[in-house]
Amino acid sequence: MELKFILESLLFSAQKPLSPAELREVFVNAAVEEGADATVKSLKKIKESELTAALEQLAKEHETAGRSYRLACVAGSWQFVTQPDYGPWLKALVGVKARPSRLSQPALETLAIIAYRQPITRAEVEQIRGVNVDGTMQTLLERGLVEATGRAEVVGRPSLYGTTPLFLEYFGLAALEGLPAADELRKIVVEKPPAPVTADAGLATNPPEQLQMTEGTEPKPESTPAS
Amino acid sequence: MSEYKVKFEVFEGPLDLLLYLIKKEEVDIYEVNLTKLATQFIEYIEMMREFDLEIAGEFLVMASTLMYIKSRELLPVDQQAQLEGEEEGEDPRWELIRQLVEYKKFKDAAAQLQKLEATQENVFPRVPGKLEFESDQPAPKPDVSIFDLLNAVNSVLKRFEKREGATRDIFEDKWTVSEKIEYVVRVLASREAVRFSELFEDATSRSEVVCTFLALLELIRLKQLVCAQSEDFGEIEIKKRADAVAASAPTDAPQVAPDTSA
Repeated sequence: MELKFILESLLFSAQKPLSPAELREVFVNAAVEEGADATVKSLKKIKESELTAALEQLAKEHETAGRSYRLACVAGSWQFVTQPDYGPWLKALVGVKARPSRLSQPALETLAIIAYRQPITRAEVEQIRGVNVDGTMQTLLERGLVEATGRAEVVGRPSLYGTTPLFLEYFGLAALEGLPAADELRKIVVEKPPAPVTADAGLATNPPEQLQMTEGTEPKPESTPAS
Repeated sequence: MSEYKVKFEVFEGPLDLLLYLIKKEEVDIYEVNLTKLATQFIEYIEMMREFDLEIAGEFLVMASTLMYIKSRELLPVDQQAQLEGEEEGEDPRWELIRQLVEYKKFKDAAAQLQKLEATQENVFPRVPGKLEFESDQPAPKPDVSIFDLLNAVNSVLKRFEKREGATRDIFEDKWTVSEKIEYVVRVLASREAVRFSELFEDATSRSEVVCTFLALLELIRLKQLVCAQSEDFGEIEIKKRADAVAASAPTDAPQVAPDTSA
């Protein structure tokens, strides 16, 4: 019996998405059951990493089979979900999903900044967006998409914010690594050239290289940086 | 110029407006003419003032930054004043462009998230029916105690306090418990469940309420009905007992019937 098919059967009948840890527990429980046969017993000590590998394999197989449903990992837990293309009929069948209203543009922008740059303070978010974010932060906190994760070790010890598992669920993401263009936007903060300005610590991104070229293309002679 | 008016509410802030102006110019952010941009930005602020709109402070800060950049451009490099605390290389244009590029990236990321959000609305998880191998059914909802019922009936009775407070008429009881039992059974014959207060909606007097309430208690005692309350102090719901309908209906129903004739 193949491990991936055991997992398939479990997820097929599971009442909720299951994480590898929860699945492992099932294997342990099955093995201690009276009359468990050799196969069942042999899987008692299966590792989570092995389960994850099997799940990924299974998900890939489902994907290539091109069925109307797929095995999805959302916020670290696995479940079968339908492909979005079939939404119109499913809505008619089970009704529109009970989901809060869609997020506004400011809320999405703020959320994107927090998602890619977490942990981040409110002031840092404001600096990127260039506007006050009190209102949108409140909305995001109330909807449970972001939460305070600690305090920044700077003057005033402002709260640091990060996204919650609900955020991953809401957007159907397996993990933060699954965010679109994550590697580019999550880039670790690069220190600006030594400067006494400390107010915007943690704000700097890689200065775009093209900037040097800009100076060349600009017609004004005095535009050469004062450096 | 009037196109601004239409677009007014769209801008989330000064950076958003700048990006819009750059996009309109159809140039790359890195190649934008900041002096020209400053003029356009300030024109826009003027427009806001003309329309008597409140100008957010952030717009004014940006306008002053742009003015500063513009004024610096007017001077040869060697005559540009070094501001205190402004290190060499801290070109304000740099800072602005860096900020714009960064903001643009997150704006694009937000658009991606929006797409995911819309997609996710159409994704449905497989939710298998509960596997029921155990026979004993869990109580549908927290049980309702006799005190909850008394509370509920008290609040119904309050309705009559005022009406009957001043004068008291004595009249014969028009209502009997058995009649009301019939009434409750009838109501529940056509419906799955009924709200506690609904049963008393048509009641015209205290005694009628009391009769209906006694009928309700009797039916509960006969295990014909169950009461459930979905939340503390919430409305009490009355349902037929799932097992009573099938098993005891034939035996209990005749019991109710003779009562009414008595």
